[in-house]
Amino acid sequence: MKPLDVLIVGAGIVGSSVARECALLGWRVGVVTGGTLAGSSTVAGMGHVVVMDDSPAQLALTAYSQSVWRELVPQLPKVTEYEQCGTIWVAADHDEMAEVQARHEVYARGGLETRVLSASDLAAAEPNLRSGLAGGLLVPADGVIYQPAAAAYFLHQAQQHGAEIFPLRATAAAHGVLRLADGTSLAAPRIVLAVGAECELLPAMQIQRRKGHLVISDRYPGFLRHQLVELGYLKSAHKVAEDSVAFNIQPRQTGQLLIGSSRQYGNSDSEIETAIMQRMIDRALDYMPGLRNVSILRAWTGSRAATPDKLPLIGPAKGLADDDTLWLAAGFEGLGITNAPGAARLLVNAMVGRASAIDATPYLPARLNAGAAVAYA
Amino acid sequence: MPEMLSLRINGATVRVANGTSVSAAMLIAGQPTRISVTGEPRGPVCGMGICFECRAIVNGMPHQRTCQLLCEEGMTVETNR
Ligand SMILES: Cc1cc2nc3c(=O)[nH]c(=O)nc-3n(C[C@H](O)[C@H](O)[C@H](O)COP(=O)(O)OP(=O)(O)OC[C@H]3O[C@@H](n4cnc5c(N)ncnc54)[C@H](O)[C@@H]3O)c2cc1C
Ligand code: FES
Repeated sequence: MKPLDVLIVGAGIVGSSVARECALLGWRVGVVTGGTLAGSSTVAGMGHVVVMDDSPAQLALTAYSQSVWRELVPQLPKVTEYEQCGTIWVAADHDEMAEVQARHEVYARGGLETRVLSASDLAAAEPNLRSGLAGGLLVPADGVIYQPAAAAYFLHQAQQHGAEIFPLRATAAAHGVLRLADGTSLAAPRIVLAVGAECELLPAMQIQRRKGHLVISDRYPGFLRHQLVELGYLKSAHKVAEDSVAFNIQPRQTGQLLIGSSRQYGNSDSEIETAIMQRMIDRALDYMPGLRNVSILRAWTGSRAATPDKLPLIGPAKGLADDDTLWLAAGFEGLGITNAPGAARLLVNAMVGRASAIDATPYLPARLNAGAAVAYA
Repeated sequence: MPEMLSLRINGATVRVANGTSVSAAMLIAGQPTRISVTGEPRGPVCGMGICFECRAIVNGMPHQRTCQLLCEEGMTVETNR
């Protein structure tokens, strides 16, 4: 049999996207999945495909990845439930309204269309928000996807192009050889670690888990039209020391409401913590009092894979490992669903020595080893 | 003769005996309690609050288990879509 051209460890949304891109190149692809997706971030996340402007590099990657999603939409099966519902960043007061203006300008400089909403525009767009809010910023190109189905579709496409799945855990990866849990090994000139938050294969990835809670409601079609996120989210998402919650609510195609979100560092269990979940729900009730009459079906947690500088690791492991065969696509924090298809293209372009649509330098893993100690900031 | 009362089910007035559950009234009226996510009409199954198939909109509140509610004079009930 033809030898493998690439081995990919992990088949979350990132590994599946990478597998698809590699298979489309005509490569012989092996995917080592460690079994089911249960426990992966991909089944736990929210599926908001969102352009984020917290740093120029994050803006470039999210905007590029979102354009790749839009290109893929016509071929996505219906079960992936892609819906371009748009995001409204909700401003509670005048200070946050000033922030809306600033972000409107940042997006505009990036060539992205947004619309500033007055208090009455906001009330008309989302009648279930409480009165007295200052306004918001509408980002019409943002969307929502059911990401486990999208990951399954990408993996299926890879398989149709000949990719082989190995449902085992990898226990070691070095110099083109991947050792598997059953004692066998596989070889390929390239090994991609798309391992989410699990960095046992390469601890130098320096990934920390950031736990999050989500709850989903019964069906209330028409209750909500856009994904709504409080503008204070950016402040709370960047706090490291304390646990934080923010109002974040998403309309599903079924009429269900997916409500987030919380962020906790240094907590790697998957237990539901009622105290932080209560804070999260209180926050949502503060913005949308009508949620009081909504019945909740299920709550769960997941973990985000945070790197020291909040940017993902995409590219050769050079600098973190003395090994030319190792490549990384991990550490996507709260944006892995958005960024997976774009990251897959950056990685594959780097592997074949082709230029990418955006500058890939900010995401190169070697930056973590740039000498100066990197603080979790 | 039991005492009768009237309620509105999907816009039509229905008269039932006092003590009738809302799910029974919907059966009498021939109306589904809810429409499933794939568009199927549904009605009560267990009659004891467990299966959630009898959810309907009662006095404007969606997802009320109608097998656990008694009809009241002037109540409005709609199929939960
Ligand atoms: C509460 C919450 C909300 C979120 N909301 C959003 C959102 O709205 N938008 C967004 O873009 N992102 C969101 N995210 C982030 C997103 O879910 C993740 O960034 C993304 O799913 C990461 O995908 P991944 O493929 O890198 O990792 P994973 O999905 O974790 O997949 C990694 C896979 O690799 C496997 N694996 C690891 N090590 C090995 C090994 N040694 N051998 C074999 N297999 C291995 C694991 O079993 C796992 O299946 C959210 C996350 C959370 C927790
Ligand atoms: S009929 Fe089963 S809950 Fe009402």
